[in-house]
This record gives sequence, C-alpha cells and structure tokens, in this order.
Amino acid sequence: MLRAKNTKIIFFTAVCICLLAGVFAWAGADGGVAVAKEAAMMTGNSSMPWWGWPLILLFFCFILGIIAVLAGVGGGVLYVPLVSGFFPFHLDFVRGAGLLVALAGALAAGPGLLRRNLASLRLALPVALIASTCAIGGAFLGLALPTNVVQLCLGGTIMFIAILLLTSKNVVRPHVEKQDAISLALGMSGVYMEESTGEAVEWKTHRTLQGMLLFIVIGVMAGMFGLGAGWANVPVLNMLMGAPLKVAVGTSKFLLSITDTSAAWVYLNQGCVIPLMAIPSIIGLMLGSFMGVRLLAKAKPKFIRYMVIGVLLFAGGKALLKGLGI
Amino acid sequence: MSTSMSKTPKEQIIYADLLFYGSWGSLALLALTYTIYVTGILAPHIPLDKVIVLWEKSAHEYMVQGHAPQGWGWVYLLNTGDFLNFGGLAILAGMTIICFIPLIPAYIKEKRPIYALIAVLEILVLSFAASGIVGGGAH
Repeated sequence: MLRAKNTKIIFFTAVCICLLAGVFAWAGADGGVAVAKEAAMMTGNSSMPWWGWPLILLFFCFILGIIAVLAGVGGGVLYVPLVSGFFPFHLDFVRGAGLLVALAGALAAGPGLLRRNLASLRLALPVALIASTCAIGGAFLGLALPTNVVQLCLGGTIMFIAILLLTSKNVVRPHVEKQDAISLALGMSGVYMEESTGEAVEWKTHRTLQGMLLFIVIGVMAGMFGLGAGWANVPVLNMLMGAPLKVAVGTSKFLLSITDTSAAWVYLNQGCVIPLMAIPSIIGLMLGSFMGVRLLAKAKPKFIRYMVIGVLLFAGGKALLKGLGI
Repeated sequence: MSTSMSKTPKEQIIYADLLFYGSWGSLALLALTYTIYVTGILAPHIPLDKVIVLWEKSAHEYMVQGHAPQGWGWVYLLNTGDFLNFGGLAILAGMTIICFIPLIPAYIKEKRPIYALIAVLEILVLSFAASGIVGGGAH
C-alpha cells in the first residue's frame, strides 16, 4: 500500500520535472525568449499575448512550489536562478519578485510555526535585527552593481548552495554543553513538543557571537540576490549555534519574513516590482507549496533532493555564463 | 491547551495571531486586485503590451519609459489597475512592522528590556527600509 503511494508520488514528481523541463526547453527555444526579444524590438506588436508569460510563470511557479517543498528548500533559491535564466525578465525584477515570493511563503508559514513553538521569537529576534539591517545594504549593493557582475556572483552563490546542500550534515539535536553569556543574557532557550515521541525537548544555544557575525553575511546576500536565505540560516542556527533541527528550520522560515521584508521594501521603492509577473509568481508558488505539503505528508523521495541539487548546479552554471556574456 | 502551546511565550502567540490575519488578508487582497488589473476593470497606468516589452529592461529604464513613480509615488496611482496591486504588496511587506508593535509593551511587562529594545530597533530598521529615504536608484 505504502509502496503504491510512493510510486504514485514518484510518478507525479517525475511528471512535474518533465513539465518543468518542457518549460525550460520552450523558454530556451524560438517560441520563448526569442518571441519576447522580438516583442522588445516591435513595441506592442508581439506574437505572444501579454497574458502568455504570466500564465506560464503561474504554472511554472506552481510546479516549483511542489518541488521546493519536497526537496526541503525555500522557493526563492530556486525561483531567482531559474526564472532569470529561462524567462525574459530583467534580473532587477526577478530579484524583486524572488524576495516577495520568499516573503509570502515565510509570512504564511510563520503563525503555525510560532504557535507550535517550532519557531522561537527569542532566538529569531536578535539575529533578525542584524540580518534585516544588512539586507538593506545588500539590496542597495545589488542594485548598484552592474547586472553582469550580479549574475556572476549569483551563479557562484547558487553553485555554492548546491554543494552546501550536498555536503552539510545537520544534527537533529545538537549537544550544547554550556550556554554562552550572550545566549544566557538574551534567554535564547526554549522547549518544544516532539510530536513523533510526545517528548518535551529543551534546548539552548551556544557560539552566539559567531552566529551573529555570520548573519551579517547572510543578510547582505539575501538582499543582494533576492534569494531568501533559508539555505544559510539553518546550518548556522543548527550546526553552529546548536538549536535542534526542527527549531532551526522553523525559526529560519520565520526569520525570512523579517530579513526579506527590509530588502523587499528597497526593491519596491526602487521600481523593481512588476505586478504582472510578481503576483502570478507569488500565487503559483503558494499553491504549489500547499500541494507539496500534502505530498510530503505521505512520502519524501530522497532523489528529489539530489535532483534539485542538480538543477541548482545547472542554473548556477547558466547564471555564470550569462554573467560572462556567453 | 496542549503542552507545546502552554510553553509558547504569550508575546509569540500575539505575534502569530496578527501575522495570520495580516498575511492571509493581504494575499487575498492581492488575488482580488490582480483580477481587477488583468480583466481590465481598472485601466493600467502602463499598458499591458508595453509592460511585456519593458520587463526585459532594467528597473531604471522601466521607470523612465513607463513613467512609473519611485518610492511611495504609487499611492497617487491607486486608481489604476497596475498600481492598485501595490496596496496588497505594501500590506504584505508591512505586516512584520505591524506585528512588532505589540511586542514592545509585552516585553516591558515581562521585564525583558533587551527584547523590547530589539523590537523598537527592528521597527526603526524596517520603517527606514520602507520609507524609501535613501536609494541611488537601480542601474
């Protein structure tokens, strides 16, 4: 019975991947980018109707949302490299929409995580202040640098994330012998209920200063690339600061709602948000995430994670080539 | 009340409740305003066939060629289909700032002045980003 369900999910995911590949192929072929480029030359005289790209984007983001949940990564980290690589939008608008996509996902997930104590306000608030302040700087830096430089840096970062996902070994319950002075002063500790065992798990953090310093870098990168930063938050909170994996994942997701807010405002104020493409992205990814969560409850095929790592390496490589003008 | 709920700090529950209604309300508003926009109920400031050309260019060129406003200038264009969507986007991006406000008295009451200060500073940082005071403009 379980095997049959797993087969169905694997089949469904394979279909999603094929559809995604189809969109890539179409977007890369004459019917895609070339049409949009032609449209750019003949203002208002495109063979692609205005609703074409938003509709494709809605569908694309729906599938992306499913895959992101199944692979355990945020939407932004897949959205920015893939949409900037295969859609005709300028990187400014992709980063603006990417931040809104990550923000909407984090805001929607936040209440449930906070109520169940899987996200800790006391753990999140001090690091959020650092990350959100630095994200403003990162956003301005990203908008000031030439597009090809940002593309190059984005490509390098995406490839680094893929390697990080492949090699990092998160710890379910890290052993924290002694809470450091900063953690103690800020009360960075708590209790959550492990639903699978019915056990109340107490936790505390250490190496708080080192963690806070790393959130400076995380904030700058989140603002600069519009990626969201769950890929960096989780290892820092879990492996470095010693928060249990569930608390690290929950707090990271919640943290994005604060970090991405500051960067999103910069992009909004700088005219980097086009509703025609940003809103289908948000809605498509949210709907896909809901579908993904339903599938996740039944099975979690490990190969999807490896597939996403492969997609990230590919998208990172494409961003690098784009940055080099190849 | 479950054990996990009983261990959840009170201020965290307040934050969660505010966030729940605000974020889902703004997402519903976005769906509504987008429908108004794409169905043409309200005419857009930048024609749709021009947007699909301008989205290939940088944000700066988009603003110049589309006569799009910078910062909070969109407020004056809320009667147009495209900029009407910025209402929902602003609420979505503003929810975190709103959620931080009740944390200040909650932390003061709990005698956690450091967290009350962090909440104040966070509101200032996010408000600064939202204000659009600084910014050299996108390339």
